[in-house]
Amino acid sequence: MSPRLFRAPSDTPGQRPERPLRITVDGEPVDGVAGQSIAGVLLAAGRTSWRTARSGAPRGVFCGIGVCFDCVLTVNDVPDVRACRRRAADGDAVTTQTRAAEDEDAVTTQTGAAGDGDEPAVRARTAPESRGDRA
Amino acid sequence: MRSMNGTRVVVIGAGIVGAACARELALTGGFQVTVVDRGGAAEATTAHGEGNVLVSDKGPGPELRLAQLSRRLWPETLAAVAARSPRAADVVRAVEWDPKGGIVVATTEAGAAELTRFAAAQRAAGVRAEPLDAAALAAAEPHLTRDHAAALHYPEDAQVQPAAAAAALLGDALAHGATLRTGCEVRGARTRGGRLTAVRTTEGDLAADLVINAAGPWSGRLAARLGAPVDVRPRRGDILVTAPLPPTVFHKVYDADYVGAVGSSAEDLQTSAVVEATRGGSVLLGSSRRRTGFDDRLRPDVLSALAAKALRLFPGLAGVAVMRAYGGFRPYVPDHLPVIGADPRLPGLWHASGHEGAGIGLSLGTARLLRDLVCGAEPEIDPAPFRVDRPAVLGASATAPSEESA
Amino acid sequence: MTAASREDARRHVVVVGAGPAGLAAAAAALAAGARVTLVDAAERPGGQYHRTLAEEFGGPHDGGSPFARLRRRVLGHPRCTWRAETSVWALERPDPEQPGPPLVHTLTGPADGNGRRRRVLTPDALVLAPGAHDRVLPFPGWDLPGVYAAGAAQALVKGERLVIGDAVLLAGTGPFLLPVAASLLAAGAGLREVLEANPAATVARGWARRPWELTAQPGKAAELARYATLLARHRVPYRTGRTVIEARGEGRVEEAVTARLRPDWSVVPGTERTVAVDALCVGHGFSPQLELPLAAGCTLLRTPAGPAGEFVAVDGDQLTSVPGVYAAGEITGIAGAPAARTEGALAGWLAAGGEPAAPALRRVRRNRDRGRAFAARLAAAHPVGAAWPGWLRSETVICRCEETDYGALCRAAADEAGAAPRVTKLATRAGLGPCQARICGPIVAELTTRLRGAPPGGPAEGLPSAAPHRRPLAQPIRLGELARTPDAPDTGTTDPSDPTDPSHPSEPTDSKESTA
Repeated sequence: MSPRLFRAPSDTPGQRPERPLRITVDGEPVDGVAGQSIAGVLLAAGRTSWRTARSGAPRGVFCGIGVCFDCVLTVNDVPDVRACRRRAADGDAVTTQTRAAEDEDAVTTQTGAAGDGDEPAVRARTAPESRGDRA
Repeated sequence: MRSMNGTRVVVIGAGIVGAACARELALTGGFQVTVVDRGGAAEATTAHGEGNVLVSDKGPGPELRLAQLSRRLWPETLAAVAARSPRAADVVRAVEWDPKGGIVVATTEAGAAELTRFAAAQRAAGVRAEPLDAAALAAAEPHLTRDHAAALHYPEDAQVQPAAAAAALLGDALAHGATLRTGCEVRGARTRGGRLTAVRTTEGDLAADLVINAAGPWSGRLAARLGAPVDVRPRRGDILVTAPLPPTVFHKVYDADYVGAVGSSAEDLQTSAVVEATRGGSVLLGSSRRRTGFDDRLRPDVLSALAAKALRLFPGLAGVAVMRAYGGFRPYVPDHLPVIGADPRLPGLWHASGHEGAGIGLSLGTARLLRDLVCGAEPEIDPAPFRVDRPAVLGASATAPSEESA
Repeated sequence: MTAASREDARRHVVVVGAGPAGLAAAAAALAAGARVTLVDAAERPGGQYHRTLAEEFGGPHDGGSPFARLRRRVLGHPRCTWRAETSVWALERPDPEQPGPPLVHTLTGPADGNGRRRRVLTPDALVLAPGAHDRVLPFPGWDLPGVYAAGAAQALVKGERLVIGDAVLLAGTGPFLLPVAASLLAAGAGLREVLEANPAATVARGWARRPWELTAQPGKAAELARYATLLARHRVPYRTGRTVIEARGEGRVEEAVTARLRPDWSVVPGTERTVAVDALCVGHGFSPQLELPLAAGCTLLRTPAGPAGEFVAVDGDQLTSVPGVYAAGEITGIAGAPAARTEGALAGWLAAGGEPAAPALRRVRRNRDRGRAFAARLAAAHPVGAAWPGWLRSETVICRCEETDYGALCRAAADEAGAAPRVTKLATRAGLGPCQARICGPIVAELTTRLRGAPPGGPAEGLPSAAPHRRPLAQPIRLGELARTPDAPDTGTTDPSDPTDPSHPSEPTDSKESTA
């Protein structure tokens, strides 16, 4: 089994309508609820890992409170965002990151956005395909 | 060469210069070398630098000759160390010797004219300095600003991981019979008949026929303790380190302003963009120079200035996270030349210091020069410009305190 | 004198961290008449202890709890500026000739965003209450997905309504394992067992030490009894003297190997058991977040309590070694929320220039002292056994970021020329990665000291010692953010146009990047 959402008796859904949201992760849509962190959206969707360490080992949430930087990913072209600390916003375009050497070719050098001129903006190294395990 | 049988040498300072000198003398034979350091080996200025092995930032003159000698010695020295044992080969791998080459960029027309003149003079002195047109520059550094007036490629520039480089040289010295005493602070000198015979340390006296002051930015203070002050002062530098990135910066890239900042003597803050990647994937962003004594306080305004200058060269780095900043002290001499040689005021005392920001690169040439002088051999380059009894070294400091207050 | 200049004449107290300690400090400083700026990286006050669900996510309205009342009182106070989603990225120390609190450099905006607002706060006094995070000792496989710090499991339940699995093993040491177990059970997670590494005798001896002190913490004893009942009701075994020594799995944790431990935490051979799990939670106490105290120049105290045994040294008034800088909560010793609250109250009151002899302070000081006694008892009952590195293997990852393994640390330790901590760090890369040694720093320092002895000598003049918690940049900052000049110095007067103003307590900004 994987992480899953639950409801606590003390919760008060219905007092405010739950607002669904949708983000994309490496282009794939993933649904969540307003108020979740990006890590929360990913875990609730059954993904326990989304980053790749230098050796190729998978990484997901470890400390859960912004200390270990294991869960970082790229949000709307900004790299190294801690998924456990960033609130998910509807429409967020999330891309996963890898530090593995075999992905050297996957360097993204899209033009535009962050720089003022023609220089390509520097982005985190993006995994060639989604590496998260879906249970 | 004179026979050195049994000559006792105490090298004070286990940074890159001390390590290189210890190795050179230990390999020569006939010396009993002891390296002492107040702290741990290579943990001060050496561990806080960028690991520059540069010829590009030096105009024709004695420092360039020392840099060229050193540049030739680096690969052959590392190869010799690696050949000693499989473990030594591992240590040398950690040095991350990278002859990546330097690219110097002028962003103004005036700067471009100056850079072109400077490079022409360097070429006359044997430096390879190749102009890059816009297309060649974009191919070499795709993330570099297109907004530049001139760019030069210096294929001889190289980089090492400086602490590992010092550890490799020191380890080789130890393998050749030298000894290392860390946590041992030198307090003063013992002399007989005007000649230095021992150093007093926190762990008792160390008898010595030769004492080499390789204490970097602290060598002014050390020399004063030994009774022969030299004017070597700390000059602070700060570096920003980004989170690991995919390969983005491929050479050591710097603004042509850097040469001016290196050569300046101003006390106030000088910054210029120096940008390069490390094997770990981080990008190092320097460099600043300010003379504020041994004040290690973090100055956010200095870091901001470094960031702004780096972004002028690499605008695409704006969204990258800076995860660390560190700073260190360079050994600064008012005439910007190292101090290498015997101290005529105190027989037995030698100096190998004052390399400012170039100590990593210049360490091997310095050690070779020092060895030749100690042994009475003919040095490969003229040692006179580095001599101790020149006004910049003895002038102000001979009477004034050897370090500045903040 | 105009109203505005009267406000300017008040002392400006900056409180970093809005957990139990920081919130209490802010309340006390306000009561003493100061202007207060309360800063926290989270969107809502509470810290890890009072972590709550976002309200739009259907979070409970705990309007009546003492915490909620305190929060309302502080955030709604006209002299309080509440800076949510604000991280302190640097402290700038003043000239050594004029010692005092540092300037506080902050970034406000969505976590790790780009284009966040830069401010510089100029406090008359600073209260540091950044808290602590889980200490997790490494073991083979601890880097597999599905292995969580115990605090992560707790945070996901409390803040995200997520349970991490249905076959969960909870292991480590310390009473914090019990509330984590309770949260998981209440959330409906399948909890296999709870393993306390220390033997029952150590735990009992530690808690029974100086029993007269325990009478001062009756709430704690009742709390522990409640947890015991809860575990029994759910038929979850609580075992002492046993821990997880390995996690295994293909791409994520699938099984855990547990073993009996001797009192020194050496593994008893032949007692290994393999348990199928879908999640593993581990916590070996807490590690205080010391980068800000170190950046402010505060002296640390070493306690013999194991790998993370360093805390901020404070006097009886919670004042650190730096004039005008106070410390409260877990950074002065791990003692839990009640102790943190009393420390915060004392620190806030005195930082604001409140009367040190005020009668109400007597009780606060007494409670604070009880809290410290509780901390000592906690450390005695749940020590980290000296033989824990026995379960490490050569290929066990120690630095999660750079994947430096134990073998690399051992090899570096054997190299005489590369023995200095800073040199070892550069050579092995342990601690050089994105977390900047927050997780592995104290562990690496402990392991290398064991392998090689303490580092020689002191630091060279001007250079700080290579402390594992030293991070001059306390949080990452984007290069573009750093290149911009900050807003004019913030003296703590309330800016009505500011969305983080107290009159709009927790209005969440839509986390859209402004510069994307």
